[in-house]
Amino acid sequence: MNSDLFRFASPQAFFPVAGKLIPWFSVLAGVLALAGLYIAFFVAPTDATQGEAYRIIFIHVPAAWMSMFLYLVMAGWAATGLAMNTRLSGMMASALAPTGAMFTFVALWTGALWGKPTWGTYWVWDARLTSELILLFLYLGFIALKNAIPDPARADQAGAILALVGAVNVPIIYFSVQWWNTLHQGSSINLMAAPTMAATMLAGMLVMALAAWMYSIAVTLARLRSIILERERDAGWVRLQRAAA
Amino acid sequence: MSAFFAMGGYGFYIWGSYGVAALCIFLEVFFLRSSKKKS
Repeated sequence: MNSDLFRFASPQAFFPVAGKLIPWFSVLAGVLALAGLYIAFFVAPTDATQGEAYRIIFIHVPAAWMSMFLYLVMAGWAATGLAMNTRLSGMMASALAPTGAMFTFVALWTGALWGKPTWGTYWVWDARLTSELILLFLYLGFIALKNAIPDPARADQAGAILALVGAVNVPIIYFSVQWWNTLHQGSSINLMAAPTMAATMLAGMLVMALAAWMYSIAVTLARLRSIILERERDAGWVRLQRAAA
Repeated sequence: MSAFFAMGGYGFYIWGSYGVAALCIFLEVFFLRSSKKKS
């Protein structure tokens, strides 16, 4: 194993690195979001069957992707923390959870507002919608559980187990549209097949998804920095950092 | 211009989606910044 890489497993070493990365990812997120919104509203054509209502796709699909992906990353860091006993991993998992919960809420909200004009209802207890709602509860449960345990090491362990058990829900969400008869449509994008949508629609969705990635990285790193300062407040380097700020 | 905001009659659903998403992002960044000042 490369010892240089492991150097950044220490909160003290990672803190300044995160600080340097945040502005870059923030700018990338802003530029990509502007480009994505431009494609979404001015380039992508009106849909033949849904009219303008389909334009919700450009926020709904990236948010839904991020909600599932961030959960897997969070569970991955939680597992790393359990296996390697690295403090930063648990902090990383804590830093990801609120952003994951935010994207899950946005996916559900935009889905409801898209469901009304296309299906005639804001909500239906279909497998895709229900499992995505469970994902929101898993994120909230993870945050609440960690906050309820005062000892950070034990909070990380308990949170990690919840995150890992909950990870079973992610493939359920992803494959729900194949496994059950759902009102929700199947995936629009399949790595194995040619896209079924116009190229500009696809491009808008992918650019917005990239923007969501960059945003998530920037926000998570910023939150990680506050968590590091909070948890390591008694460490000498944090006191020096505070005195300098 | 008003045709753009009307979105072919789907304005409520589209701007309701984009508006709430923007609000969520704004709130997340706002709370992060305020917690940074506090610590």
